[in-house]
Amino acid sequence: MVAAPARRRPSKLTRPVEFVIEGLIRLCGLSAIVFILAIFVFIGKEGIVFLLGHIGGMLSSTDWSPTHEPPEFGLLALLAGTAWCVGLSLIVSVPIGLAAAVFLSEFASEGWREFLKVVVELLAAIPSVVWGFIGVMILNPLLQWAGAQVGLNGLNGAIVLALMTLPLLVSLGEDALRAVPESYRQAAIAMGATKWEMVWRVLLPASRRGLLVAVLLGVGRCVGETMAVLMVTGHAARIPHSLYDPVRTLTATIAAELGEAVRGGQHYQALFALGILLFFMTFVVNLIADRAVRARKIG
Amino acid sequence: MVGDDLVRMENLTIRYGDRAVVRDVTLAVPRNGILGIVGPAGSGKSSLLTALNRTIDLHPSARVEGRVTLDGTDVRQMELSDLRRRVAMVLPLPVGLPMSIYENVAFAPRMVGVRRRSELDEIVERCLTQAALWDEVKDRLDMLGTRLSGGQQQRLTLARALSTDPDVLCLDEFSIAIDPVTTMRIEAVLMELKSQMAIVMVTNLLMQARRIADVTAFMLNGELVESGRTGDLFVFARDQRTNDYLAGKFG
Repeated sequence: MVAAPARRRPSKLTRPVEFVIEGLIRLCGLSAIVFILAIFVFIGKEGIVFLLGHIGGMLSSTDWSPTHEPPEFGLLALLAGTAWCVGLSLIVSVPIGLAAAVFLSEFASEGWREFLKVVVELLAAIPSVVWGFIGVMILNPLLQWAGAQVGLNGLNGAIVLALMTLPLLVSLGEDALRAVPESYRQAAIAMGATKWEMVWRVLLPASRRGLLVAVLLGVGRCVGETMAVLMVTGHAARIPHSLYDPVRTLTATIAAELGEAVRGGQHYQALFALGILLFFMTFVVNLIADRAVRARKIG
Repeated sequence: MVGDDLVRMENLTIRYGDRAVVRDVTLAVPRNGILGIVGPAGSGKSSLLTALNRTIDLHPSARVEGRVTLDGTDVRQMELSDLRRRVAMVLPLPVGLPMSIYENVAFAPRMVGVRRRSELDEIVERCLTQAALWDEVKDRLDMLGTRLSGGQQQRLTLARALSTDPDVLCLDEFSIAIDPVTTMRIEAVLMELKSQMAIVMVTNLLMQARRIADVTAFMLNGELVESGRTGDLFVFARDQRTNDYLAGKFG
């Protein structure tokens, strides 16, 4: 029998240092949770009573006129505006973003990849108000030229959102693809698969959870985006019927109206209720994304 | 015997950048037999193997001089995917692709356009049986291939390699990550298969070559020191370096 080696003990000096550092780290972690909870409580406190009291009316009317007498708090047009912009933008950004991710990870040479990744990261660093500016100054006249009566509309918002989500999709998508073991690629190629067959039949199925996470985080980003959509969507609280119809999103409504709403009044509370809804929507999206990540680690 | 060689490597030299890892190797693979390639790590065995189905092309800095012929045709004149179906490769670490066991084996046949379920069923059963895996998985073909044990995954890899009905089966140290029992089972499988195809087996295990290879080649530092019928080589090697290696003096 060989005796088990004695476990090395921390010296007397390192123990208090260890204790302090551990405490600090714990404090940092806890503070993050506290902040999240505080945000939740703050928004909830202002809006939850209103939300619970008016939820039926909010979800059955399209008329958002909080300053009329009597006020109307119909949400359907705003929800439709948000869904419209997010949906349209995903139709544009998901195929392009994932295709770009595949290109970067599988087809681009090393030099190109490094260069393009820097460019993509630069794109991600552009502030949203600048995107709004681009939407107003460039897309607006372009859309009018293409036949829209007003260039500031749902389509403009969707394109701007798509451009803003692309960097996220590309870099997360690329990460997901690069996480696929090299041996899968070799195995597929060694069986006579062409590069496309390898991507299509092995790589995409193998990384589909990671790609789903990228798309979901993109959705979360779109839902929450405020400044750019406020500037370019035309801000009309109506359910859109064509691509060129102006729309208004939940976020833009809060940003535009909170400054004018009487503190503590119904309008004010209604805007916080919108905030709760937004919080809930992004929370659900992130939760799904989180689930997908976990499942990927296990599977 | 010359007319009976399926694969011929003629004056094959492989360089990565300036470094030659295989130097002027001329070697033939008999049509119905097992060629064992032995030698210490870094002697160029694996690079030699990848030149056979040109997976070496995936290596951007690799240069190949000399030529490899399959049934008399230079492999550089063959269509790549066709070549890789005819020269199948089993890599050292088992790779279950992230799909069902069934789809793992049906992958390559599907790529060449086999669509009929009955036909695919037949291929899957034949290949899994040949790879000595059928009895263990026949009731759970829908299970993810990646959830099999290492030894089972290596046999799945072998079944997949067989699914293209190859002329040549290359194995690169297939037993490195699996248990002795599975190793012996695969060796038995290879003895069965050699009546249908040529087999090239790179191995670090001298005794493995001795057990199943018909012809054994000894490589050292990129050079082919000598090759010959396994029985002769192990008993009476002409080159002193071969003798030393086989006797366990280095490597």
